Amino acid sequence: MTDVLSSFPGGLILDGQKKRSTHTEIRKTPLSKKLTLPLQQHIGAPSVPIVKVGDKVLKGQKVARADGHLSVYLHAPSSGTVIAIDDQAIPHPSGLSGLCITIETDGNDQWTELHPVKDFTTLTEHEVRHLLREAGIVGLGGAGFPSFIKLNPGVHHHVETLIINGVECEPYITCDDMIMRERANGILDGIQIMKYALRVKKCVVVIEDNKPEAISIMKQALEERKEHHHLHDTKVVVIPTRYPTGSEKQLIQVVTGKQVPGNGIPIEIGIVCHNVGTTYAIGRAIKHGEPLISRIVTVTGTDVKHAGNFETLFGTPMHELLAFCETHRKPGEPFILGGPMMGYNLSGDHLPVTKTANCILVGVDNAAPVTEPLPCIRCGECATACPVSLLPQQLYWFSRAKDLEKTREYNLFDCIECGCCSYVCPSKIPLVHYFRFAKTETMNQEQEHQKSDIARQRHENRLTRHELEKREKEERQRQRKAALAATKAAKEKEARSQTDNQEN
Amino acid sequence: MPLSRLSSPFLSGTNRVTLQMLQLLMALVPAVIAIVYFFGPSVLITISLAIIVALLAEAFMLRLRNRPLKPFLTDGSAIVTAVLLAIALPPLVPWWLTTVGVLFAIIFAKHLYGGLGYNPFNPAMVAYVLLLISFPLEMTTWLPVSTLSEHPLDLASAFNVIFSGQLQGGIGLDTISGATPLDAMKTQIGLLQTPSQIINQPLFGLFGGKGWEWINIWFAIGGIFLIYRRVIGWQIPVAMLAGLTAISFITWIISPEITGSPLFHLLSGGTMIGAFFIATDPVTAATTIKGRLIFGAGVGVLTYIIRVWGGYPDGIAFAVILMNMLVPLIDYYTQPKVYGSLK
Repeated sequence: MTDVLSSFPGGLILDGQKKRSTHTEIRKTPLSKKLTLPLQQHIGAPSVPIVKVGDKVLKGQKVARADGHLSVYLHAPSSGTVIAIDDQAIPHPSGLSGLCITIETDGNDQWTELHPVKDFTTLTEHEVRHLLREAGIVGLGGAGFPSFIKLNPGVHHHVETLIINGVECEPYITCDDMIMRERANGILDGIQIMKYALRVKKCVVVIEDNKPEAISIMKQALEERKEHHHLHDTKVVVIPTRYPTGSEKQLIQVVTGKQVPGNGIPIEIGIVCHNVGTTYAIGRAIKHGEPLISRIVTVTGTDVKHAGNFETLFGTPMHELLAFCETHRKPGEPFILGGPMMGYNLSGDHLPVTKTANCILVGVDNAAPVTEPLPCIRCGECATACPVSLLPQQLYWFSRAKDLEKTREYNLFDCIECGCCSYVCPSKIPLVHYFRFAKTETMNQEQEHQKSDIARQRHENRLTRHELEKREKEERQRQRKAALAATKAAKEKEARSQTDNQEN
Repeated sequence: MPLSRLSSPFLSGTNRVTLQMLQLLMALVPAVIAIVYFFGPSVLITISLAIIVALLAEAFMLRLRNRPLKPFLTDGSAIVTAVLLAIALPPLVPWWLTTVGVLFAIIFAKHLYGGLGYNPFNPAMVAYVLLLISFPLEMTTWLPVSTLSEHPLDLASAFNVIFSGQLQGGIGLDTISGATPLDAMKTQIGLLQTPSQIINQPLFGLFGGKGWEWINIWFAIGGIFLIYRRVIGWQIPVAMLAGLTAISFITWIISPEITGSPLFHLLSGGTMIGAFFIATDPVTAATTIKGRLIFGAGVGVLTYIIRVWGGYPDGIAFAVILMNMLVPLIDYYTQPKVYGSLK
């Protein structure tokens, strides 16, 4: 039974593999000796350290401040000593490194003083957003966009609906499912605060029908609270399980029937979308004063012995989490961070858990083959599966031919990289791989263009400047000459008049 | 299972080119049995010969083009081309004709354009058209179902006819062969007979040609299986049959004296194999949903026009090739609206 309003084209029915990691409740990952905190765990400018090496820090204490508007604060996940602020390997598809604060924990896990706000209505909307920014809250669904910005409708927009995304459409991942099952009340706290900050009445919690436990628990929690907490316009909406419904744009299409305009954002059509994990974190941040220092990570996969969900402090090395769950993985073997459809693979397991690390996946069923792909037979399955209505096989030709202009003409940049096309391809062509390549190429080219534009501009400026200088010089010379000539003439005139006088 | 791909998605569906080709061949089986029943076992010999020649030609061309043999020989596409052409050829067709056709399909229509996935025209139909205009006599020599039921041919004598051109006792094939129902309809309408008179001849069955109608029905059933298995989409077959029905219905209503009924056209000649197995070739058909509807309808209408007003009794092959030419144009103008472009 689903309350679906609309639908999107294409998509896939995938084997969810969710039960692997839902038979145990959320457990706490043991405290690590060393926590490595990348300064960039969100979209926007990296945070700026406000502690020095050697400083003692308490759990929840700010260790880095936001840098500019699009940025958030960062906190010590446990008490201990700052032992390094330097470049460390960070979880990134290209194996990049970035500036990190490393804390050696003292084992006391001692909290700093917290400032819970029992009644959030005593705060202004602006103060709520400010507190969330200071609490380091970012989107925990995977993107890591600073949440306070998405809670600011601004003066030009009116928000009609707040959508709480509990869809979790990617196979294997269950951290949102488990948080809904175990912390429904915390999520409702978050919803109340978000509704207040956005001044929105209507709120829907959207859950796929493959999570019956989460659905009934959320519904029950909502029912119990409805009377006293202005939650009459909040309801749980059950939608059919189909990948990639959890993607923001597709979710909006399913729930409201509206499409977010190209290059636009949901608030333009009166919708704001937040993940359930983020919603829970917002509740904790205001009601309990707790900054974001941990998240729930699903550790699962065909090679994991004790799959489950783990409340993990940021900075915890992934290998400790993997060791805790026992895997059949050999050291150095790659594993997936995120889901099997949109995640990326990592081989270094000393990387830290960050705010966006929703799932560590070791081994999948029906893995994509290594064999050389066959040529495209133009069967069009990819176009049928595309949730954005692109023509992947055409984009593939253009990407291969490096005809970047054509790829743009065929809307390459509307591709959400969900992977449906690669999944259904009978020739096993890694289509998304080609599309990422074409996107990067285009962006590189644009940068080059910008650079050369700047260089040309600079060159032209220099030429005009020289021209100007030359003209000024000539003008000065001319003036000087004229002045010289004038004085000369004057002198001659004077001399002449003198002689004239003498003659007279 | 260890990860094999460098970037997402790391999962892959069960869909495979080879699997699609295999299912397509399976879907042809009932119709082939029907052909054997009505026209004798000679089609089996032609099919076997075509497959052997196709695989040899494919291997030769792959070697010549420095392509790996195994993935392309096992993808099944050459076999499908061979079987489709073999089924389209008349029964007891001489071996050299089959060989020339298959060689032309694989070497010229497929590999000279770049092999699997790159050919703009349906290889089987290109070969069929080549044979039809080069060897019109051999290509239109069909055995009437009734003659065959009186003088059944066993496998051995069929083999003999195909490879020596002689029936047992030294009788030439032309002595027992005749026109196809479509051909008969066309020539006799030219002789000012009405379709209702023509249909009463022994060459015709309940709706279409005797035997032909059943073969067409079995092709359709195989095709519906393919749609059910999602090997082909419904758009091209439905659009083609709708196009053919629409134009034949209109003409039939206006001037029933110049054409057979819509049902006659649906169940005669290569209508059903064309709709479900030939026009649906993914490589050469339109790829967008709307484009496939246009492509299919175009094939249906052109087939009828060629049958009734053209110079050849059946028009499937020409119609498909003509529509193949329009594919880039159709695909360009039928691009779907991308998410976010609607308000």
